[in-house]
Amino acid sequence: MEKKRRGMTLANKQLAAGWLFLTPATILIFIMSFYPIFQAFITSLKTGKGVNIAFANPLNYNYSRMLQDSIFMTSMKNTFFYLIIQVPIMLVLAILLAQLLNNKDLKFKGLFRTCIFLPCATSLVSYSLIFKSMFATQGLINSVLMNLGIIHENINWLGTPATAKAVIIIALIWRWTGYNMVFYLAGLQNIEYSVYEAAKIDGASGWKTFWYITCPLLKPTIVMTAIMSINGTLQLFDESMNLTSGGPANSTITMSHYIYNQAFGQGVGQLGYTSAMSFIVFILVGILAFISLKVGDSRD
Amino acid sequence: MTKKKNKSMIQRRLIPTYIFLTICSLISVFPLYWMIAAATNESIAVARGSITFGNQLAVNFEHLQNAVQGTLWSSMGNSFLYSIVQTIFTLFVCSLAGYGFELYHDKGKDKLFGIILLAMMVPAVATMVPLYALISKAGLLNSVWAFILPGIATPFMIMMFRQNSRNFPPDIMEAARIDGLPEWRIFFKMYVPVQKSIYAAAAVITFMNAWNAYMWPKVVMSDNRAQTMPMFIANISSGYTVDYGMTMLGVLFCSIPTMIVFFVLQKQFAEGITGSVK
Repeated sequence: MEKKRRGMTLANKQLAAGWLFLTPATILIFIMSFYPIFQAFITSLKTGKGVNIAFANPLNYNYSRMLQDSIFMTSMKNTFFYLIIQVPIMLVLAILLAQLLNNKDLKFKGLFRTCIFLPCATSLVSYSLIFKSMFATQGLINSVLMNLGIIHENINWLGTPATAKAVIIIALIWRWTGYNMVFYLAGLQNIEYSVYEAAKIDGASGWKTFWYITCPLLKPTIVMTAIMSINGTLQLFDESMNLTSGGPANSTITMSHYIYNQAFGQGVGQLGYTSAMSFIVFILVGILAFISLKVGDSRD
Repeated sequence: MTKKKNKSMIQRRLIPTYIFLTICSLISVFPLYWMIAAATNESIAVARGSITFGNQLAVNFEHLQNAVQGTLWSSMGNSFLYSIVQTIFTLFVCSLAGYGFELYHDKGKDKLFGIILLAMMVPAVATMVPLYALISKAGLLNSVWAFILPGIATPFMIMMFRQNSRNFPPDIMEAARIDGLPEWRIFFKMYVPVQKSIYAAAAVITFMNAWNAYMWPKVVMSDNRAQTMPMFIANISSGYTVDYGMTMLGVLFCSIPTMIVFFVLQKQFAEGITGSVK
């Protein structure tokens, strides 16, 4: 009897310890993520500035206002443009590089991997500034193209909407391809070599092996990198802010950048409207992650 | 003999691969080489597209020291301070949680873990305004706490520690309990030393992320004396006429710590990035 009671308290102690270990992290996540997103939703239903903030009439006022805000619509279009062009190119390139590097006959593997992974060592602001100076009107790219005789007058890369977007996409691909490649390399290493040997004996070509063996086995990794890239691109901020400042005339501005400008740019921020826009970003992240998971599931 | 021939055949077939990888490597490395070269040139030479090293390093350095009210070194110091404090807190809180979720798991904790994972879907920009209000109300603006608080507990890190706690044998814990070791000492004396490599990977990735953070610090660290290195270099390049030589030297300063971490701890960095995917 005595022994049993002591055992119970020990078990209780263990139980309490378990909960205690995860308490700090849980509290922090609730205060720093869940509470603010809830707060953002409530605020998104309000209008007014500073102390005069009150519930809007009608409640969806801020949400319908967004549809008429041409800069917000542009920022949304831009963000999706970056997403649709950049993410597929980057992921395909990353898989290709990982596949090439996963060859046991290849020499200098470590050197190639380090070089391609190297851009990840720069901060987002740093590489934005490097690309900004390379693509400046008076800059490296223009002077190289001039010397090669390809162009005859300087191109204003960052001052023209189409080329400014292209520079952002090129910069993004440069910075993140190696990052994603690391995931695929880790994924490829989990695939047993014997699987490939078997495919070879069955007479499968390199391309077929890649398409029918490597890709299905990498699927969980592909889904994950896709979700991460979509998530990251939807929240693009540093590049838009530092590479183009959203310009010219807001033609390259991203959603996060516009929200930041509205909240902290100049004067008193319109909290209700800003919160509504940021809540839309949250919904979009959720929807796109859900779609990626579904797509990943169904292709068995 | 035939084996050797075979080998050279294989290498010959790989020539396109070598060419492609070399081009990709050059494209990856060149902008960084160019940053270093530009840091030694004057602005005009940078604009001309000079890719060789110049002799303006000292001049650029002097300009850099005087930029943004001479906050180069304080920004550097701030970035180190914030990143290190962030790393310590994140590692402690997240490893504790990962350990608790995995080794004490029951239905309730598994459910809670599922809820915590949802926080991954919450974008930073969506919580920025309410969090700013919270931090400002608490009087923490421009303090190290403002910088680190939102990043201490992240679902990614908790997941990473949780996944990697699977290889920690529960039998050892039982044995330790029979020996009368309290629960918290099992964590510190047995779990932490065994998981050293996970801690290293988590530390590298947390430090890098903290060092590179930009949007959140820009929101809460508006005082020049509290600004970080990325904010400093963004400031020096935002004027109408940009001194590219000086800017690139600033970018170089901002990149040196992360470059060192990258080259010395590349394995841990790669493990940290892919940490939770096992």
